[in-house]
Amino acid sequence: LAHGAGGKATHTLVEAVFLEEFRNPLLEPLEDGAVFDGLALTTDAFVVTPLFFPGGDIGDLAVNGTVNDLAMCGARPRYLSAAFVVEEGFPVADLRRVTASMAAAARAAGVWIVTGDTKVVQRGKADGCYITTAGVGTMDRPVRLSAAAARPGDAVIVSGPIGEHGVTVMIARGELDIQADLASDTAPLNGLTERLLAACGDGRVRCLRDATRGGVATVVNEIAGASGVAVVLDEDAIPVRPAVRGACELLGLDPLYVACEGRMVAVVDGEAADAALAALRSDPLGSGAAVIGRIADDPPGLVLLRTSFGGTRIVDLLVGDPLPRIC
Amino acid sequence: MDGGRAGERVRAAIRVEGTVQGVGFRPFVYGLATRLGLDGLVGNDERGVFIEVEGASALVGEFTSALRDGAPPLAAVERVAAVPVPVTGRSGFAVVPSPPGGRRRALVTPDAATCADCLRELDDPADRRYGYPFVNCTNCGPRFTIVTDLPYDRPNTTMAGFAMCGDCEREYRDPADRRFHAQPVCCPACGPRLRLLGPAGREPAPPPPSSTAPGGAVPKGAVADGTASDGAVLDAAAALLRAGAVVAVKGLGGYHLAAVAACGPAVAALRARKRREDKPFAVMAADPEAARRLCEVDEAAERLLTGAARPIVLLRRRPGARLAPRVAPGDRWLGVMLPYTPLHHLLLRRVGEPIVLTSGNLGDEPIARDDGEAVARLGGVADAFLAHDRPIRARADDSVVRVFRGGPLPIRRSRGYAPRPLPLPRPAPRPVLACGAELKHTFCLARGGRAFVSPHVGDLENHETFRSFTEGVAHLRRLLGVTPRLVAHDLHPEYLSTKYALALEGVDRTGVQHHHAHVASCLADNGVAGTVIGVAFDGLGYGADGTLWGGEFLVADLAGFERAGHLATVPMPGGAAAVRQPWRMAAAHLDAAYAGDVPGDLAVVRRNAGHWEAVVALARRGVNAPLTSSVGRLFDAVAALAGVRDVITYEGQAAAGLERLADEDERDGYGCRLTGGVPFTVPGAELVRAAAEDLRAGAAPGTMAARFHNGLAAAVAAGCERLREARGLGTVALSGGVFQNVLLLERTVALLEERGFTVLTHRRVPPGDGGISLGQAAVAAARDRLG
Ligand SMILES: [Fe+3]
Ligand SMILES: [Mg+2]
Ligand SMILES: [Zn+2]
Ligand SMILES: [Zn+2]
Repeated sequence: LAHGAGGKATHTLVEAVFLEEFRNPLLEPLEDGAVFDGLALTTDAFVVTPLFFPGGDIGDLAVNGTVNDLAMCGARPRYLSAAFVVEEGFPVADLRRVTASMAAAARAAGVWIVTGDTKVVQRGKADGCYITTAGVGTMDRPVRLSAAAARPGDAVIVSGPIGEHGVTVMIARGELDIQADLASDTAPLNGLTERLLAACGDGRVRCLRDATRGGVATVVNEIAGASGVAVVLDEDAIPVRPAVRGACELLGLDPLYVACEGRMVAVVDGEAADAALAALRSDPLGSGAAVIGRIADDPPGLVLLRTSFGGTRIVDLLVGDPLPRIC
Repeated sequence: MDGGRAGERVRAAIRVEGTVQGVGFRPFVYGLATRLGLDGLVGNDERGVFIEVEGASALVGEFTSALRDGAPPLAAVERVAAVPVPVTGRSGFAVVPSPPGGRRRALVTPDAATCADCLRELDDPADRRYGYPFVNCTNCGPRFTIVTDLPYDRPNTTMAGFAMCGDCEREYRDPADRRFHAQPVCCPACGPRLRLLGPAGREPAPPPPSSTAPGGAVPKGAVADGTASDGAVLDAAAALLRAGAVVAVKGLGGYHLAAVAACGPAVAALRARKRREDKPFAVMAADPEAARRLCEVDEAAERLLTGAARPIVLLRRRPGARLAPRVAPGDRWLGVMLPYTPLHHLLLRRVGEPIVLTSGNLGDEPIARDDGEAVARLGGVADAFLAHDRPIRARADDSVVRVFRGGPLPIRRSRGYAPRPLPLPRPAPRPVLACGAELKHTFCLARGGRAFVSPHVGDLENHETFRSFTEGVAHLRRLLGVTPRLVAHDLHPEYLSTKYALALEGVDRTGVQHHHAHVASCLADNGVAGTVIGVAFDGLGYGADGTLWGGEFLVADLAGFERAGHLATVPMPGGAAAVRQPWRMAAAHLDAAYAGDVPGDLAVVRRNAGHWEAVVALARRGVNAPLTSSVGRLFDAVAALAGVRDVITYEGQAAAGLERLADEDERDGYGCRLTGGVPFTVPGAELVRAAAEDLRAGAAPGTMAARFHNGLAAAVAAGCERLREARGLGTVALSGGVFQNVLLLERTVALLEERGFTVLTHRRVPPGDGGISLGQAAVAAARDRLG
C-alpha cells in the first residue's frame, strides 16, 4: 500500500523494478514524459476511489493528467489514447458519465482522443473502472525542461492554491460529514505552460512539474535531489484556500503533501520571476500563482520550510503514509 | 608483613584510565608522591595518566591504592593497572609532557560548577582574580564546551587565543598549585573580558527603558562603553535587568535569555518575543537560601542543586513565592538552578533577586552558540547582550532533573553530565554509533564498555537541529577517536535520524525497536544485562508491526524482546493533529469506552461540540487515524476529560498537567482487568469510562486524576504479575517518557515492591527519548556479541 503514496517507497519501487529492466537514455531521467524527434510521449494509469467526486471524476483526471504530463515537458499536447478496464456489472450510465467528462476535458485542452481499447473483467477483479491514457505532443519550442536544471537563485512558483484535489477526494472517500466548500482542482495546464514559456524566453524556465501524488512537497524534493540544490520554501507565501486549510487541519494533513490535479510547480530564473508570475496570472487557471520559495546551494538535496515562526523545518520525502513522529 | 620487604626499593609503572585529564589528577599525583617521599614521574597521554613511582614497596603500595581513594572531585577513575619495572635510582618527582600521537583514549570531562576555592578568590578583594567572571581551576570550570580536540591541552581549547600572563603561567607550571595545567586558567590581565552589546549586536548597549523601570532611573555611567571593566559591564547588565529588560547572557554551553523573575512585564515580554506560550521557564537563584524562598528544597534536592553538574531541579513551588505569573503558568513545580559560572554568581549578586534564565533560541531551535549567530537570532528578543570573547565550541543546554526517592530522575541530560561515559552492560565488540530518536534527541557513541551519550540536541525536525546533530557526531567522533562500524537506529521510517543512519556508507546497521531501546536504556542505566519485564510507556514509537506503540509490556533482554502485553489500541483521529489536540484522543477513547454512545453531558464533549462528530467519524472510518497503544495518548485523553487542556502548545503539556492536578492524598484507583493471557491487553477503555462516570457523579477533577494514576499503576502491577507467573521473571524495568511522571512512578514502584519485584528506574539517562540512544547502543553491542 505504501508503494502508492507517491513518496520514497514509490521511488524505490520504480527504480528497483522498472528502471532496472527498461533502462535507456530517454527513460533514465524519470521525467513526466519522454521527448524525442520533436515529439513528447507520456502515459498514465488512473485509479481513484471514489470515481466521482466534487469537481470532477476519473474521466477528467485521465485526460488532464496526460495532457499535463505533456505540458510539463514543454510540449503542445495533440493526441490521446484511452484504454478502459471495466468491472463486470459497472453501470453503463456511469461509464457514459465518465466518457462525457473525458470528451469535455479533451475539448477544453484542445486534444483529440484518437484510439482506445476496453476490457471487461470479472466482478471483484477490479474496482469499478480503471483508465489508462497515453498522449503525444509536439515540441513547438526548443525547450529542455528538467528536474535537474534548477540553479541557486531561481524562483519556485506554484500556479495556484494547493491541496484541493486530494482533500476533496479524501473527504468524499471517507463519507465524512464535513461541510466544506471544496472541489477538485483538476484542469488542463497546457494553456498556462504556453503563456509561461512564451513570456520567459529562452532557457529561463528550468523545470515544470504538476504536483500530483505526494503534492508540492514531493515535487520540490525531486527537484532538490535531481539538481543537487536546496529548495527553501516560505510557509507564509504558499497559497492554500481557507476551506482547504480548515479541512487539512481537521484531517490532520499537511497541504504541502496533498495531491493537486491542476496545479504545477515552475522553477524559473530568479530574474524572470515577475514575468513568469504575470504570465501565469493572466490566465484564470493561474490567477492564484505565487512565488513560494527560492533555490539555494546549501544544503544540497534538502527542502527547507521557513515557518511563520522563524525556524526552518525539513520538508522530507515521505517513505510511506504520513505517520506522527512525536514521542 | 615482612619489614625487610616493606623497605625494599621497587619501581612500578602505573596506568590510570577514566576521567583523569583536566581534573587536577597530575597535581594530585605529584602531591601524593612528594608527601610519601617517592621518586618518579607522571604525565598525560592519549589513554589517560601514566605514572612511574619508585621507593619503599609498602609506600608504593599505599600510593597505588590512594590513586583511587583520594582522587580529586571531578575525576572518575575506572582502571588502575600497575606493573613492576626495573629500579632506576633516579631521585625527584617530575611532571613530564604528553607524548605526541597515539590512539585517543583519554576522556573529555563535563563542565563543572565554580568550586569553593575559586569562589573564595572571587570574593577576596586582595586576590588578583577578585570579581573576575572567568576564574576557574583544575577542580572546576569549562571543559567539554571549550575543547576543540584532544589531548586536553590549552592549544586544543577555545582558550588557545589567550596568551597566559606571567602570574598565570607560574600557577600553570607549578605542580603544587591548584591551577597546575588547568587549561582555561586566566586572570583579568590575560583572559577573556565581558562586554555589553546593544540589540543590534553593537556596543554600547542602550540605557535601560525608563518607562518599565520599577526602581526608577538607572545611575548614569552604568552603561558600558567598549573599554569598561568587567565590573562596570556587570553593573550595567544588572541595571538593565532590574529595569525590566530582557538580556541575552553568554553562558557555558550557549546563550541564555534572562529577565528578573518577579518582573511581570519583563517575563511577559520574554514570552512574547521568544514565542513561547506556556512552557515553564527555569529560574536561577543566587544560593540555596534564595532557592528555598521560591521552592521546597529538601536534602536530596539541595545535593542536586549544589553538585558540580548544577542541573535545573524541578521543585515544589512555595505558595506566595515572588515570581511573575508568566514564569511557569499554572505550575506547582518550578525549575530552579544555582549559579554555575563566576559570571552567573557576579550577575545574580548584582541583580539581587532570582532571574529567569532560559535557552537563547526561538522555538525548538538549538541554543545559540556563537556571537554572530546569537545576535542574528536573538536580536529581536533581547534588549542587550552580555557577551564575552571566549568562544563556545560545543553546545550544552542546561540539564534538568526531578527528585525521586532521594536521587535524580533525569529529564534532560546535558551540561555537567555529557559526555561523561556510562558503562555498557555488555561491551561493544565494534565501535557503535546510535542515532537516537527524533524529539529530545541525543546520539551515542560507544567503544568497548563505554557509552558516550551526547548533550541534548533538540527536536530533529528543524534543519538547525539536524545540522547540530550531524556536526555533533563529527565533533564527538573526533574527540573520542572513534570510527563507528555498527550503526543503530530507530525503526520509524520518517525519523530524520533513521534516514541519516540508512544513508551512511561502509557500516553495518541494526534497527532497534523504540520501546526495546527504552527498556535497554533502563537496563544500561542500572548495569543489568539479564531478561526482565520491561514496561515502556510513552507518547509514540514505531512498532515492530508498523503500528504506533506506546503502552508496552516487553519480555526483553539487551539483544531482543517479545511483546508480551500492551494497552488496547485506539485510533488517533488526524494523526499528528491528535497529538496537538488532546481532546481528539478523548473523543477516540470515549468513543471506544462507550461503544459509540458517549454521554453528551461531559464537559469535554460540550467544549468541542463543533468538531466532535467529524473527529469521531475520522476515528471510526480510519481516515488518517493510525492505531496506537500509547499510554501518553491515554493521558492526553484523560487530561482533556479532566478539563486540563484541549490543545497543547508543547509536547507532554496535557499529561504533565494531569499529574499536577492529581490529589496526592487520594488512594483509590479505577479498576482495569487485563484481557487475554500472554500477550495480554490492558483495556484503557475501562479506565476512561470509570473516569468519565466519576466526573458525571460529581467527583472533583483532582480526585479523578489521582484515581486514574492509581488505576494505571495497578494495571502495571497486574501485568507484571501475569508475566512473573508465565515466565518466572522477578525484575521490572520502567522506562519511557510517561515515567517522568513522579506520581505514577511512585505509585507503580510501590505496588511492584509490595509484590516482591525488583524495580529498575532511571538515574543517569532520562526515561524519555533522550535516553533512547543509550538503549540503542546497548542493544547494538549485545547483538554484535551474538554475531
Ligand atoms: Fe519514546
Ligand atoms: Mg503523471
Ligand atoms: Zn575552582
Ligand atoms: Zn593571567
